[in-house]
Amino acid sequence: MEIIGQLITSFIATAAFGVIFNAPKETLVKCGLVGMGGWIIYYIAEKYTGDSVLATLGATLFVGIVSQELAKFYKTPVIIFSVAGIIPLVPGGLAYDTMRNFVEDDYYRALALGAKVTMLSGSIAFGLVFSEVINQVVRKIRGSKVWKV
Amino acid sequence: MDNEKVLTYEVIEVCLLAGKIMLQSGGETYRVEDTMMRIAAAFGIENSHSYVTPTGIIFSAEGDEPTKTKLIRIMTRSTDLKKVAMVNSISRKITSGEVDLQEAFTLLKELDELNVTFPFMVQVGAASIASGCFMIMFMGEWIDFIPAMLTGGLGYFGFLYFHRFIPVKFFSEFLASFIIGLLSVIFVKTGLGQQLDKIIIGSVMTLVPGLLVTNAVRDLMAGHLVSGLSKGAEALLTAFAIGSGIAVVLSFL
Repeated sequence: MEIIGQLITSFIATAAFGVIFNAPKETLVKCGLVGMGGWIIYYIAEKYTGDSVLATLGATLFVGIVSQELAKFYKTPVIIFSVAGIIPLVPGGLAYDTMRNFVEDDYYRALALGAKVTMLSGSIAFGLVFSEVINQVVRKIRGSKVWKV
Repeated sequence: MDNEKVLTYEVIEVCLLAGKIMLQSGGETYRVEDTMMRIAAAFGIENSHSYVTPTGIIFSAEGDEPTKTKLIRIMTRSTDLKKVAMVNSISRKITSGEVDLQEAFTLLKELDELNVTFPFMVQVGAASIASGCFMIMFMGEWIDFIPAMLTGGLGYFGFLYFHRFIPVKFFSEFLASFIIGLLSVIFVKTGLGQQLDKIIIGSVMTLVPGLLVTNAVRDLMAGHLVSGLSKGAEALLTAFAIGSGIAVVLSFL
């Protein structure tokens, strides 16, 4: 029951972010689906491993690879799908928490949270870059096969 | 010879215009560089260099004559993915030879002046729905859904509204998060909302620079050191504005 709520809310939230970022109308549903998939992977992985960095990395890899494929298929920039897809994963809440602790003079907590934010956003960036690398390697392998034959 | 010089400048003009629209709409640094080089190559300039930062683009074209360089300043930045997609499709048309130099320039010029964003109230509505959903995703209770929707929507409305009058982004973010903080405290004090933290976090999600932080790290990894660091600085400033806006409310009430 809880997971159904998560599925629905993540879909709607991602699609709504597509509207805020002014994604083309016809891509909104796809954006929502990409975001939903990423969030569910994160949610389940985080629950079973308890490691949010690992869960974020896995979810971002999924979002990145799916976005690359969608972008190739619909001939649009990757950023349209990947931006909306990673929105649920970005540590916005933690970034806010960090700053709140800073301005409330609790520097120790703020620094610890800040390190976590850096780790999480680093893992998102790494996942995105890694999925791009995978895409390029696959393309090269396919290209060289065609060239050999 | 003279004719060719004029042509090179026109090509640079088209490249810079495409780059400017993309960068202002939130395109990635490498995509902007790549697009400009592809357009230049399609018009016969094989050797071109571009240097893209969030606040300006330098583009130079090499050829038989002395190298020509032009600079363009980027003043405003927002996220408008539709424009990125549209510039992308124009650049595809250029590389496939469907449009010539003049047509490309007019197409880009039209696109630059076009406003393709969703209507104001649709954006606010989307922000309020997103706030409610994010509150649930961060393990909030369903009872807080409506309060989170209201605070998030009104906060985003304030952000867009103030931004029209005050061009300083920092200040409109501060005011928007102040509104969010104030409304959340009122909701909790009157008993309409339960968990103050969850309502605030869900509502500020539409303002927080999560995307900017991620893009900054990504630019750094790709070797665009200057744009990575400056995006990171912008993200830090935004997070500071939001945090202090909330903190002002929490320390007074």
